[in-house]
Amino acid sequence: MLDLIWLLPTFPLLGFLSLVLTGGSLPKKIVAVIGAGSIGLSFLVAAIIAAQFLANGEAHFIKEVWVWMSVGSFSPGFTFYLDGLSLVMMLVITGIGFLIHLYSAGFMLDDPSYSRFFSYMNLFVASMLMLVLADNLVLLYLGWEGVGLCSYLLIGFWYENPANGYAARKAFVTTRVGDTSMAIGLFLLFAQLGTLNIQDMLHAAEAQWAIGSGLAVAASLLLLGGAVGKSAQLPLQTWLPDAMAGPTPISALIHAATMVTAGVYLIARTHVLFELAPNVQLLVAWIGLVTLLMAGFTAMTQHDIKRILAYSTVSQIGYMFLGLGVGAYSASIFHLMTHAFFKALLFLAAGTVILSLHHEHDIFRMGGKRKQLPVAFASFLIGSLALAAFPGTSGFFSKDEILLAALEMEGPGLILWIGGVIGAFFTGIYSFRLVFVVFFGESKAHHEDKEVAGFSMAGPLILLMILSVFGGLITIPVQEVFNHGDVHEEHHVSAFMHGIMIAVPLLGIGVSYLFYMSRALSIENLMASSMAKSLHKFWFSGWGMDRLYQILFVNPFLFLARVNRADLVDRFYELLVQLTRIAHKMVAQTQTGQLRWYALSIAAGLIVIVSLGVLL
Amino acid sequence: MQSIPIEHGLILAGILFSLGLIGVLTRRNVVFVLMSLEIMLNASGLAFIVAASRWGHAEGQIMFLMILTLAAAEVAVGLGLIIQMYRRFNTVDINVLSKMKG
Repeated sequence: MLDLIWLLPTFPLLGFLSLVLTGGSLPKKIVAVIGAGSIGLSFLVAAIIAAQFLANGEAHFIKEVWVWMSVGSFSPGFTFYLDGLSLVMMLVITGIGFLIHLYSAGFMLDDPSYSRFFSYMNLFVASMLMLVLADNLVLLYLGWEGVGLCSYLLIGFWYENPANGYAARKAFVTTRVGDTSMAIGLFLLFAQLGTLNIQDMLHAAEAQWAIGSGLAVAASLLLLGGAVGKSAQLPLQTWLPDAMAGPTPISALIHAATMVTAGVYLIARTHVLFELAPNVQLLVAWIGLVTLLMAGFTAMTQHDIKRILAYSTVSQIGYMFLGLGVGAYSASIFHLMTHAFFKALLFLAAGTVILSLHHEHDIFRMGGKRKQLPVAFASFLIGSLALAAFPGTSGFFSKDEILLAALEMEGPGLILWIGGVIGAFFTGIYSFRLVFVVFFGESKAHHEDKEVAGFSMAGPLILLMILSVFGGLITIPVQEVFNHGDVHEEHHVSAFMHGIMIAVPLLGIGVSYLFYMSRALSIENLMASSMAKSLHKFWFSGWGMDRLYQILFVNPFLFLARVNRADLVDRFYELLVQLTRIAHKMVAQTQTGQLRWYALSIAAGLIVIVSLGVLL
Repeated sequence: MQSIPIEHGLILAGILFSLGLIGVLTRRNVVFVLMSLEIMLNASGLAFIVAASRWGHAEGQIMFLMILTLAAAEVAVGLGLIIQMYRRFNTVDINVLSKMKG
């Protein structure tokens, strides 16, 4: 049965091909069956494979489908590698992916480009599966670029609006910066270690490189560059909030549950390299910490329901990076999984809200919607509880693991822990600010509409609610993958510290309650001072990162483009063209059509050559 | 028997070749151009014969036989072309044929 692993990316790929080749001529029902069904089949296969893999109890399983190309010692293949880590990723991608496809079947029903939407989604799932199941870095890179392409296509899905196209380009170009760094990292690894097979490469690196050696630092830094680009971490995080221009299921699938966690997966997969470069690993933790705090501040100031969730995604991935940085890989992957549950739930519920309220995004123009939108309300409540790490929900267990691991780390561990706890406080505030503003308070009566939630939309929401609550009880089988250097499960932390970690998110929820629910504290008073206003503006703009990049990169580039409008470089080539033309004219003059003239030229040339030969 | 010195033979061949070349370059009548070409071919053939007799090898004479065959074939083709030229242009003046120029 394990041999059937190649079916996993094949089903979505076939779905993509059949949808693309029919070019939107199929009726919507069949499109939905193909689109969601292919992912459903994949999930079925994934579940069977997972059951068998766990029953076998082997550490890993390798299946070579065919050799992709073979050049000397370089022969990457379409080879799938299954271990605990890729098993978790594979189940998350197909499982959550299937639910989101099911939801999309209802959500996108009125869209004229129904078939195009599902074809891109299927291609995305195929690429993502390729990414996590890849046995070598070349295949991984294929998937990596594939998901980037699908992200671009789907952010700009409603391409009639130029703003969406701009957001798509921004996402593509920004992640491209990281991808370039990663590609250079791959070249470096291949040049130094002579293999791109991930496991062989990690063994070779361990054997050849000393801890802290320059090559290990360079390689892990370059891979980290790719990871921060894909996972929207500092300094390449600016694309993710704008990526919300795409349809909401896309935000749930690509920009919350799966693709943006590819960076986390990459670091977890190559964690041996990062352990060889402890400074870089520490940098991962700091990047995660700074990102999660910055994104937390920004999320508290946003008005757009999807942008709040986007910043919260950036912040939660910051937690995963923090966990990777302190060596708690399994906790990070665990948080990746639970985050996929509750963030997909939140995004899908947000989609229901937006669709029911005629594409209203501003939370302050909603209000009192809990009776009108019961399913969305329940989803938001449960999703936000899990997001804020309310005790007993899935998010609580996973965030707890990460923070405990940070606390137990030597050196800067305490600072990282304090930062993480402050971040959890913000999480409590912004997640419940959203819930209180949208679903409680006086109803803004201008929307009289019923909740749009057919079976295909409500079903996934309910399943995701269950997963968000009980997902924390799942044990992920990744111990064998990280068996060396992983933080042990036994945590020796005082009850006081534990108490803080439980209390802080509740405190955040409480603060949010006082401001937005009971109105015991007033935003207006808080915002009265000019400093608060300018701070709010600063945070609202995402710490001015967009403007900074505008000044640092975009404007100089535009300046260069303007200077070079006359194509300075082309001048040189035009000169070459002119010279060639002149030479051509001169030579053409000699072609008179007089045969005797040619004969004379030949004779004269011969005399010149012979006399040169004699003389020299 | 005293043989002719090789220099004499080669000088004769050179003179013949130059005469032929001058003929090719200066004559306007295409028939004379063809005849001049024949002279040039025979001059080179003479050079082969002289060299062969100087070193006592047979290759030079074989080469001359080849040149002879070649010249015969060339004349056959050349005369055919001249007849065509006369039919089309009603002239054998080579300067008239100057359409192919840059």
